[in-house]
Amino acid sequence: MSDYISPDPAGADSGPGEKGAVVLEVRDLSVDFGVDKKWVPAAVGLNYQVRAGEVLAIVGESGSGKSASSMALLGLLPSNSRVSGSVRLSGKELLGADAANIRSVRGKDVAVIFQEPMTALNPVYTVGAQIVETVRLHNEVSPDEARERALRMLDLVELPDPEKAFRSYPHQLSGGQRQRAMIAQSLSCDPKLLIADEPTTALDVTVQAEILDLMRNLRNKLDSAIVLITHDMGVVADLADRIAVMRRGLIVETGTADQIFHNPQHPYTQALLAAVPHLGQGGTDAETEVDVTAALAAATHAELESVDHDELLRRERENAAALAAAEAARPAGEPVLELTDVAIEYPKQGRVPAFRAVEGANLTIYPGQVVGLVGESGSGKTTIGRAAVGLLPVAAGSMRVVGQDISAAKKNGKQLHQVRRHIGMVFQDPSSSLNPRLPIGESIGEPMYLAGVAKGPDLQKRIEALLDQVELPRDYRNRYPHELSGGQKQRVGIARALSLKPKLMVADEPTSALDVSVQAKVLELFQNLQQELGFACLFVTHDLAVVDVLADRICVMQRGRIVEQGTRDQILRNPQEPYTQRLLAAVPLPDPEKQRERRELRAQLLAVGE
Amino acid sequence: MIQYILRRLLQVIPVFLGTTLLVYYMVFALPGDPIAALFGDRQPNPAVIAALRQQYNLDEPFWVQYGLFLKNLFTFNLGNDFTGQPIAATLGRVFPVTAMLAIEALVIQGVFGVAAGLFAGLRKGKLFDSTVLITSLVVIAIPTFVLGFVLQLVVGVQLGWAKPTVGANVTWGTLLLPAFVLGLVSFAYVLRLTRASVIENMNADYVRTATAKGLSRPRVVFAHILRNSMIPVATYLGANLGGLMGGAIVTEGIFNVPGVGQKLYQAILRSEGPTIVAIVSVFVLIFVVANLLVDLLYAWLDPRIRYDK
Repeated sequence: MSDYISPDPAGADSGPGEKGAVVLEVRDLSVDFGVDKKWVPAAVGLNYQVRAGEVLAIVGESGSGKSASSMALLGLLPSNSRVSGSVRLSGKELLGADAANIRSVRGKDVAVIFQEPMTALNPVYTVGAQIVETVRLHNEVSPDEARERALRMLDLVELPDPEKAFRSYPHQLSGGQRQRAMIAQSLSCDPKLLIADEPTTALDVTVQAEILDLMRNLRNKLDSAIVLITHDMGVVADLADRIAVMRRGLIVETGTADQIFHNPQHPYTQALLAAVPHLGQGGTDAETEVDVTAALAAATHAELESVDHDELLRRERENAAALAAAEAARPAGEPVLELTDVAIEYPKQGRVPAFRAVEGANLTIYPGQVVGLVGESGSGKTTIGRAAVGLLPVAAGSMRVVGQDISAAKKNGKQLHQVRRHIGMVFQDPSSSLNPRLPIGESIGEPMYLAGVAKGPDLQKRIEALLDQVELPRDYRNRYPHELSGGQKQRVGIARALSLKPKLMVADEPTSALDVSVQAKVLELFQNLQQELGFACLFVTHDLAVVDVLADRICVMQRGRIVEQGTRDQILRNPQEPYTQRLLAAVPLPDPEKQRERRELRAQLLAVGE
Repeated sequence: MIQYILRRLLQVIPVFLGTTLLVYYMVFALPGDPIAALFGDRQPNPAVIAALRQQYNLDEPFWVQYGLFLKNLFTFNLGNDFTGQPIAATLGRVFPVTAMLAIEALVIQGVFGVAAGLFAGLRKGKLFDSTVLITSLVVIAIPTFVLGFVLQLVVGVQLGWAKPTVGANVTWGTLLLPAFVLGLVSFAYVLRLTRASVIENMNADYVRTATAKGLSRPRVVFAHILRNSMIPVATYLGANLGGLMGGAIVTEGIFNVPGVGQKLYQAILRSEGPTIVAIVSVFVLIFVVANLLVDLLYAWLDPRIRYDK
């Protein structure tokens, strides 16, 4: 990221009145879906407008209708839908316009960036071909001119090698590069309005920060109006000028970013903001909130222009004092999990050679301790979690689990079988980790039945006790997974993991598939259970804010190595490794002002890194 | 890529040896004496029989017979069949006929199957879709020989639209009816496969992207939906070539097509080992090469698949 353009604070501060002409005006927009011959409303009576150069964020959780209403603007909804109201683009009505007119608007005047860059580009055409297709569709240019233009767009979105990206198929690019290519395609016809549907949700946090930088730069350069659809308050704080909060198809509150973040009126907005896990906030009480920005500034000797010098010094001192006061972890008892110079390989499969995913990992978890393992995709964090359960062989070093060395244990051997009784595992996707054809009571009881711990009425009693523990009604045990919501399914997953009273719990991204308000509840439950039952836990996640809430210790992984580990305070208040610093700086804060500081800091970190 | 093709071609050798050995052994183990069968009800001179036996190496043990066959094969001498005709010439006469039949069937099932499948998939749940689904189920359920005889009777004899039998004069036109029968069952499969694939891809994210770009419906359908839906269909069509060859035995019998199927059938009746093995060997070669071509086509259709490593 050599040509990072620092954000223009004046531009971000100015109120909506100073922006350009109204580009999009939505009046009484309602969307219904036909389900079982009935109309189910997805959005009801929406009103909003977006001006040129302005970013309107539509925020809401899944099922709030934020995506459906935005897709309705361009008639991109499936045929079982019904749309009413008025959508005017620069004064021209879009709803009810004939097919040819809508087509000429799509891609030219209004472009869309979709959530999953993995699947939103056609896998069988090169990136270049797909952009050229768009360019030539809306402009009468020769193939060479279209190619020129596509290359210019790929350059504009800061892809390092536009020529190469042009020739690449989508699967040959990384997630971030794919999203850049998608943005390049969207911008190729100079749209007046850009609809970005969760543009960074599928990306790692450092990549997300890059994409957000890019979108901010483009907004300043191109003066398009942007509708940003997201569930992530951090992303909103980073980019939005105005915010509309949606819940169950209704806009419950609109306002400028400052209004919404500092003075939310509607209870739902307040609840939503409170539920966002907020890096630094995870301490036992509000007093111990970590000022990560100040910590980073102190660790890297950065000079921040947007923060008063004395104020920053004061905040840095506070941090240092808190760090000194923090109790050192006092390990007690025999480690539950101990990794010494462990290397883990994915075994050779046919002609695909073995792949070493983790190298030289040292990690110890004592009874009752929660260790957060943090890293971005491909860093090897899940690999360690799997190896701890004996699902992957240890290639080098030694791995001791509940007192037994399993590094040489035979696959599916007796030793592993016994060790696994002491380990509970919670998986990422609650929907696919429960057998859809088993009632959840059986899923929860299966480990106990197989281990011969309990059967008959005794087993039933234990299942009820577990359901109580995860705060699910007892009569849920005869329900099937599809009858439960995501959060409830994950509670079942936790109950199943707890059923054998494990000494060690391995939780692999247990909340990343959940909405923030649900995530907050599940995390709280998990925390309470951990304190009550006192199991040790290896908590694998990409989300620093989640780890911050739970973990006593944090290990940061990058490219198969643990680059830094320490207590929560050490990592958050005094990060030493440049990678940890970059990772912390990339987490967006759900507060526009603090996020501005964080952004400036990140720009400096990246500049130093080069 | 070249390396991959070479490796695949090398794989032909064990496959070829294995299949010929197997077929040769099965023919060897067939009950009955081929030489005696040659004379029908007549009682031939024992000396003649002995001479014939020696000429065709029928006195030798199995391994020697198989070894001699392989030796002849590698010197491109397929020998004569029991009626004294050179086998190579026979193959040269019958294979083009079956090739014509198979290609015509392949084109019929490919073009019409994909077209109907695409149409049905795009109109999922509508009248056309339901009709096509039920019809294809009926077609799959009826054995080829029943369909063959019925069409021969109705189209060939009663309506007189086509020649009911092909006979010695083989043209693309006269082969149309048998090719239709031969391709019909696979046509139903191609149709269903295309339909399922189209329905799956229709709701893919990249199709929504294509629509959001402002592409016209035909462009979205052909460049984005159909192209991506062809990947499983191409695999099926390739693998099905073997099925067409096998199916040719029945179809050629019904319509009296002087092709490989008919020849193979006669050879089996007469226990003519050399002819059977020669024909099957060519089948194996065609099958392996067709599968290689399909895999290459697959890589071309889906760039995510690469064989370099």
